Amino acid sequence: MWAYITYFVNATVLAAALRMATPLIFTSMGGIFSERSGVINIGLEGMMLTGAFMGMLVTYYSGTPWVGLLGALASGAVMGLIHAVASVRYKVDQVVSGTAINIFAVGFTVFMLRTVFDVAGTSPAVPRIQSITLPLISRIPVVGEIIGNQNPMVYMALALVVLVHVFLFRTVWGLRLRAVGEHPKAADTVGINVFQTRYIAVIASGALAGLGGAYLSIAHLSRFGDGMTAGRGFISLAAMIFGKWTPFGALGASILFGFADAVQMRLQEVGIPRHFVQMGPYILTMIALAGFIGRATPPKAIGKPYEKE
Amino acid sequence: MEHILEMKNITKRFPGVVANDAITLGIRKGEIHSLVGENGSGKSTLMSILYGLYHADSGEILFKGKKVEIGDSRAAIDLGLGMVFQHFMLVDTLTVAENVILRAEPARYRFVDYRQAQNTVKKLASDYGLRVDPRARISDISVGQQQRVEILKALYRHAQILILDEPTAVLTPQETEELFQVMRNLKQQGTTIVFITHKIKEVLAISDRVSVLRRGKLMGTRNTAETNHRELAEMVVGREVLLRVEKKPSEPRETVASIAGLTVKDRRGTTMVKDVSLEVRSGEVLGIAGVEGNGQQQLVEAITGLIKPEAGKVMLHGQPIQKLSPMNIKKRGVSYIPEDRHKRGLILDYNVADNLILGLHTQHPFVERYLFRNEKQIDEHARRLVADYDIRPTDIRQIVRTFSGGNQQKVVVAREFSRKPQFLICSQPTRGLDIGAIEFIHQEIIRQRDQGTAVLLVSAELDEILSLSDRIAVMYEGRIVTVLPAAESDERRLGYLMLGGDLHRTEGVEIGTSAE
Repeated sequence: MWAYITYFVNATVLAAALRMATPLIFTSMGGIFSERSGVINIGLEGMMLTGAFMGMLVTYYSGTPWVGLLGALASGAVMGLIHAVASVRYKVDQVVSGTAINIFAVGFTVFMLRTVFDVAGTSPAVPRIQSITLPLISRIPVVGEIIGNQNPMVYMALALVVLVHVFLFRTVWGLRLRAVGEHPKAADTVGINVFQTRYIAVIASGALAGLGGAYLSIAHLSRFGDGMTAGRGFISLAAMIFGKWTPFGALGASILFGFADAVQMRLQEVGIPRHFVQMGPYILTMIALAGFIGRATPPKAIGKPYEKE
Repeated sequence: MEHILEMKNITKRFPGVVANDAITLGIRKGEIHSLVGENGSGKSTLMSILYGLYHADSGEILFKGKKVEIGDSRAAIDLGLGMVFQHFMLVDTLTVAENVILRAEPARYRFVDYRQAQNTVKKLASDYGLRVDPRARISDISVGQQQRVEILKALYRHAQILILDEPTAVLTPQETEELFQVMRNLKQQGTTIVFITHKIKEVLAISDRVSVLRRGKLMGTRNTAETNHRELAEMVVGREVLLRVEKKPSEPRETVASIAGLTVKDRRGTTMVKDVSLEVRSGEVLGIAGVEGNGQQQLVEAITGLIKPEAGKVMLHGQPIQKLSPMNIKKRGVSYIPEDRHKRGLILDYNVADNLILGLHTQHPFVERYLFRNEKQIDEHARRLVADYDIRPTDIRQIVRTFSGGNQQKVVVAREFSRKPQFLICSQPTRGLDIGAIEFIHQEIIRQRDQGTAVLLVSAELDEILSLSDRIAVMYEGRIVTVLPAAESDERRLGYLMLGGDLHRTEGVEIGTSAE
């Protein structure tokens, strides 16, 4: 029995789980920003894909993946800005705007790949952010094996969770952001600029999703492939909901989903089909939304454009 | 005396109406100044201009003698104005303290200093007698407490002038009394208060001066001590008002509805109605008096079929109806004015004609060939009721969301009353309405009674219960404490019983001639 368990749960699998969770963590933190301000961001998938592509492209030209990361951040932010202009300024239905961004991103990246490199499917290889070995920590048994030797972006993701938590629940800006997402008119009457707050939140959301995408193309792998995010933006959205719109909740959900991803191969070996495992995140999200695991209540003003009188 | 605030010749036009017509109003430092008027008379517009939410077309505002421009609510707050809106501007998921400090947070390097926030709020609350726990979440506290949070928000921002927009509309009589105490405390400590209401009784009880608005014009300002209910009511409505409903003694006939041993649980599973038995006869109004939340709502919902009772019977002409659907109960001649006209009484985005057939829409003559709307009948029906019940505007195609509260309620009343019901249930029929609309609805209820309808009236307004009812049942903690003839009831006695007082041990409360 024990052997059975350790076959699925061991340091190697957990380290892989953390790697698979990393893009989800970045992107779900982005989701939290946007949705806590009252804007649904179903466009995370497209923002992520754009980030993955632009991260690769900028790395290709600059030769430095860290510069590529900045490119991913900026391109995600631009996608966020588009979503913000559409849904905050022009009050387009937020789901429609997000879906448009997803469709746009698929076409844009395929088109760019052909135009720039004259290839279909996969970009040329680019340098990637290399894993590092943490001194001391890597020598701790088990723990060291899990977190001691990882990509810097994995550590950045973990630090980001703490930062987002502190930002949301300890700072003045976080308090105002949450107020805007729950009751924009109340925020407005005490002098908070609802539109500005939402713009910033949605742009930040896109930037983080861009980083999540870049992890795939210039940290985990070293090339971009068509549709390489493969639904991870939606899974991040699911992680955010499953985590009840809190950073640590989303972290936990991301790791859980990452774990599911990591054990997939091994489950297949014992006869559980891959697609069955892939349903996991969505089923868990539906269970969470239906209220079986505590209550997952979205920010109250979510999805509603704010109208000033 | 010194004016802290003056509004001079304020005019504000909206498409089709002049909401404020050259209004000049002075507020003295440290007074409680009431602003009364019917719905749509321009009170809220005037205060919105003052608070920077609207901009006046012409006119000026002077604060402490100096001309000021109030461009947005931020500017109003900076001047020392605080507004407590009728619909609270509170974030449910945040705590009391967080709501109070929002946008003016005590902070170190942009990190919110929650300890200081809580201490400040606690001190402010105790200074003014506003009991509320700073750490409680807004969603967990009562409406009365939420209102205190709104007042704290204004005080925290150093409001010198506090504008209260119909604060008593959402409060129980007890909470209203507590609010008045808070207002007196505030006044004592130097805060100027503008109190918006349409209840003249409250004006007389609390204010130093009162200004009356009618159709966008200022009708005058009076010292409260030098005016009376009748004069103010006339100024508000523009004609003489019947303060008491004129009615003949009732002539009750056979029992129409009888309720026996009714026990009802609410949706959370709490038993709200306990073994209630009542009879309502043709041609009488049975009033149910009680502090809200003592089971009245569940009682009414059980009678109308909206919730199924745990035990007991509801009989209509001797036939049990408690197992029928609301639609079938309606079909048997039961009409119902729900307490929340927005949630239950109307579909706000439907037009007047469609709202007037709700619940009847499947019946003759509004349906033809089993499936299709008979537009001609629907329109005719709507035109007739709009005329009979004086619903304004008269456009039957207009959606009811755009109507005033009084006219919305008239739509509900028209639909329910015109069916010639045998049993009529009115739950808070005049809540939030102005004097003119209240008078109209009261007369209609009495007209129904005189036509032989059995009427069950549930209201939190004791005045309403006393002026309409022939018999009064007092409800307390889910039980009917007693049923009294209206002639033997007065406000003090009912108030005492409503709070759980014993009918026979009256300790210091003088009661009228009862059975003893």
